[in-house]
Amino acid sequence: MISQSLRARTYLFIAFIVILNPLGNTLLRAGMNRAGAPSHWTPEALALFFWKAFQSGAVWLGITLLILFFICYMLVLSWADYSYVLPASAASYVVVALLGSTVLGEHVPLRRWVGIGFICAGAVLVGRTFPATGREN
Amino acid sequence: MRTALLLAVVVLSGSGGDIMVTHAMKKVARGERWTWRIAPRRIGRALAEGSMWMGVGMMALAFFALITLLSWADVSFVVPATAANYIVGALGAKFLLKERVSKARWAGMLLVAAGVTLVCTAH
Repeated sequence: MISQSLRARTYLFIAFIVILNPLGNTLLRAGMNRAGAPSHWTPEALALFFWKAFQSGAVWLGITLLILFFICYMLVLSWADYSYVLPASAASYVVVALLGSTVLGEHVPLRRWVGIGFICAGAVLVGRTFPATGREN
Repeated sequence: MRTALLLAVVVLSGSGGDIMVTHAMKKVARGERWTWRIAPRRIGRALAEGSMWMGVGMMALAFFALITLLSWADVSFVVPATAANYIVGALGAKFLLKERVSKARWAGMLLVAAGVTLVCTAH
């Protein structure tokens, strides 16, 4: 019973990680792109760049999602093995490719789909092992 | 030479940071049964751990080393090379965190590293 609940909880947190990380990065990138590149690498130009970037709602939402991602990452590592979380969270590459293909209508080359297949196979293989080999809590 | 050096910083510092964070989280959760209500307290206690901040610092160092490396090296070289994180991470889990890394996990880790390489080098 405990091991079932631990497994379900681990899957839930891995799902949060896999969704929040790419989504946060995408929003941060979109907001930063809107701010444009800094004109020079002087402190004044950098201050202006960050001032413009932090006026974007997408940047703040991206930062919020990345903080939530890191909280989930910390919590799952408090009970699950690092050697379990590391490959399982690579499923975020799959989410990025699927979002790009379905939502943004991007062309995903065959080589990338093959890579996605490898990642899925690896994540499934690791996902079938018990998440916490040291102890149960 | 500088490429190899920075690549080593990216991989070792990134994996090292993750291992430090894992160590801090395992330490604060030791002997405590999980409930959703203890989650904020667990995070708060972890933020008071030196190894947590060392881990975050190492992750930041890996990030800055990566963007510096990308300023002259090709993405198609750098990203597959950083997939070594999965192997270094597994070694760190086994020897530093003393986790039992089964054959299935090793195989999964290798598949994921190969997959990440393919995904990131496809144009």
